[in-house]
Amino acid sequence: MGNENAVLPERAQSIRYSECSGDGSGIKCEAESISGAVSQRACVFCGARVVLNPITDAFHIIHGPIGCASYTWDIRGSLSSQEEGYRNSYSTDLRERDVIFGGQKKLAAAVDEVVATHSPKVIFIYATCIVGVIGDDIDAVCRDAEEKYGIRVIPVKSPGFSGTKKTGYKMACNAIMNLVTPEFLPEKTLGVNILGDFNLAGEMWIIKNYLRRIGVKVVANITGDAKVDDLKKAPTAQLNLVQCAGSMTYLAKQMEEVFDIPFIKVSFFGVTDTSDSLMRIAYAVGDKEVIQRAKVFIEEEKNRVLPLLDKYKKNLIGKKAAIYVGGGFKAISLIRQFSEFGMNTVMVGTQTGSKDDYEVIQSLVDDDAVILDDANPAELEAFMKEMGADILVGGVKERPLAYKLGVAFCDHNHERKHPLAGYEGTLNFASEINLSMNSPVWETISQGGKENV
Amino acid sequence: MLDVTPKKIAERSALRINPLKTCQPVGAMYAALGVHNCMPHSHGSQGCCSYHRMFLTRHFKDPAIAASSSFTEGASVFGGGSNLKTAIKNIFDLYDPDIIAVHTTCLSETIGDDLVTYITDAKIPEGKIVVHANTPSYVGSHITGFSSMITGLMHYLSQNTGEKNGKLALFPGFVNPGDMREMKKLMTLMGVAYTMLPDTSAVMDSPMTGEYTMYPKGGTTIADIKDLGNCELSLALGEITSTPPAESLESKCKVPFQTLPLPIGIELTDQFIMALNHFSKNEVPYAIEEERGQLVDILLDSHKYSQNKSVAIYGDPDTVLALAQFTLEMGMIPKYLVTGTPGKAFEEKATALFEKYGMEGCTAKGNADLFELHQWIKNDRVDLMIGGTHGKYVAKAEDIPLVRAGFPIVDRYVHSYLPLVGYKGGMRLAEMILNALMDRQDRDCADEDMEMIM
Repeated sequence: MGNENAVLPERAQSIRYSECSGDGSGIKCEAESISGAVSQRACVFCGARVVLNPITDAFHIIHGPIGCASYTWDIRGSLSSQEEGYRNSYSTDLRERDVIFGGQKKLAAAVDEVVATHSPKVIFIYATCIVGVIGDDIDAVCRDAEEKYGIRVIPVKSPGFSGTKKTGYKMACNAIMNLVTPEFLPEKTLGVNILGDFNLAGEMWIIKNYLRRIGVKVVANITGDAKVDDLKKAPTAQLNLVQCAGSMTYLAKQMEEVFDIPFIKVSFFGVTDTSDSLMRIAYAVGDKEVIQRAKVFIEEEKNRVLPLLDKYKKNLIGKKAAIYVGGGFKAISLIRQFSEFGMNTVMVGTQTGSKDDYEVIQSLVDDDAVILDDANPAELEAFMKEMGADILVGGVKERPLAYKLGVAFCDHNHERKHPLAGYEGTLNFASEINLSMNSPVWETISQGGKENV
Repeated sequence: MLDVTPKKIAERSALRINPLKTCQPVGAMYAALGVHNCMPHSHGSQGCCSYHRMFLTRHFKDPAIAASSSFTEGASVFGGGSNLKTAIKNIFDLYDPDIIAVHTTCLSETIGDDLVTYITDAKIPEGKIVVHANTPSYVGSHITGFSSMITGLMHYLSQNTGEKNGKLALFPGFVNPGDMREMKKLMTLMGVAYTMLPDTSAVMDSPMTGEYTMYPKGGTTIADIKDLGNCELSLALGEITSTPPAESLESKCKVPFQTLPLPIGIELTDQFIMALNHFSKNEVPYAIEEERGQLVDILLDSHKYSQNKSVAIYGDPDTVLALAQFTLEMGMIPKYLVTGTPGKAFEEKATALFEKYGMEGCTAKGNADLFELHQWIKNDRVDLMIGGTHGKYVAKAEDIPLVRAGFPIVDRYVHSYLPLVGYKGGMRLAEMILNALMDRQDRDCADEDMEMIM
């Protein structure tokens, strides 16, 4: 284990060279962060907010002091085909008086004010850190408002301290179940739900278009470009496709139990994953014609995209990639994608990966690759240097870190502006990596005296 | 947003839509980053710390380092004492700063954590320092947090040893590193010995070297913060932001203070320069006079294009007030001035400004939000908007040119490196404002009215 100076003793169990553990059981993950670490992790509220925010015609009221609303205002590039109201920020902006006397009345008034100016079908009310502590009963506010206005007002219990971002995903999934569960189980239709795509830069549209091309009907998008009425049809689907496993496996399991809908995990990152997923969907739907169409479609797309990818590949082969993303599933997809480009992943970390994720990750990388859970900047810096990474894939907080180290960067977080899903997305991804790694700006830096940047 | 804002204005008392402020801790974190070898520490849930770092990183495009107490269910029931104790130990062990600047969050404040006791009881290594500021998110705004952290640092560190150091203590206000550099340049030109707290230049605008350092070169040193108590005078720039720290330094160390608006534009920069002149008794050097003359020249040359144009300015209170004064110097009409930060001072100062320039039909509102500003604009439009990124949706919906100035700006580059303050900042602002107005004129005019020379 190198870099002793950069690693707290308590953190040593959360960092592994791939060979150390052999079976993935070695990494300590899904644990609370250590006090005092500069963790890159978010909170329960953040998890709930990012999952529900893309529901375009819902109103999202954040019950808490202003910060939670400010930091999450329109930060997800989740696009909408119609409604744009979800991109506004609504909050009760709790003040000291409310903390002393309780914020329940203010919350009820805020709901009244939303209903007065708009005509919401659904309101989500997010409870932040202090709501439970000051004793606000948001369930009661929601019940009263539902009675008063005859609309759905759904509580999302997401106090930041009550777990990790993953806990927030669960809270969001519960809220979705609360919204879509009908009184009586409806007849099944032919069609699938897409779970865990948030339509970043229009990715949901890309995936839906593929499914249309192979003849699979989509019932509900959960939650990218989702509308309340479509979500309510979700129980009628015959199959659930889970794209972001970290946030949505929990919902898929619930839907399996309650609505009797089986699910498969899919990934649309990279040519291999996209093609495999489309075939698996086709077989799962089980229609001969769909299977045939999928084969033809994949063949066409591969013929179109692979020559274009080859153009980039010559610049990418042999380069070393470092990955630090939120979920394990995305990390796995990325490792595969880098392999497609002939690149080697030398460091991989996640904020919320599970043991299973880490086992898969370990099986995909070389023995000397570094695997970290819940890393901090000091660790990221130390291992990127040690492993000689050429590019880091991460999110907003990692970007300046990479740049300061003279390492190229690709944003794979929820702020990105380019779709990275599907065949088109793979081209975008290759082009972005190529652009960042081979930018003339690196030349100017090395002229500044540091030869090996 | 993207125009779902109804024109009809309905009274709101409970609902905040599209805020023009954020919470205290992010301001405290920014202030702490302006201290040399300092690790800002967020005493609360992990998400707060991540959000604040992200918020600052988006604006400055630089790493914003900070640690968190990582509250869990347990901490929120039993208090965060043991979390903080562990955090202090871990931070010194692993990240080795000279000082940890702890700020609280709504959660730790609501459960009643007693930071003074926690810090007193903590094992702090020899020669290391831990300070704190109470920054409950449900009071004030990020501006309040910024002020409170400056006050907290001085409360712990500044001493009046009875020996004056001949220096000016400067509180720069909630501004960018580029502004702080400009203030330092002007003080140096005026021959003023100073200590500025905080100083985020060379921290949040640090150069690319190929090395990542957790603690960049810049920041006010601990020795200088201690020595603030021996300053001759403190000068608080941005009255709403910087008066509280100046008052606390006076009450603790008997350092007299003077307050001024942020030195944006001609008159307010004049006031700053004259205060420096008064302090150092040094002549104003020609270099400064020349800059001033250049700015006046620019305003004269271009007044035809700015005259009588109406503008909406939104953002942080001191920034909005100073920008408003500069637009008045350009002959513009600052029709709407709004800030999200609560407090009466903003509206009072804005009203005084309108009166001073004989402006009628201008409105100022504190504790307001962007949704409300949008509604005002829908009912009675303006020619220009000045403020942070979040106004761009309003600008697009209403087809109004937007000049980005203030905080946060998350969709552009370079802004944090260059000043708005000083005569140089005035030139930059004038250029941005004139370009926005004149680009619009070019865009909208008929082909036959298109002019090469404007």
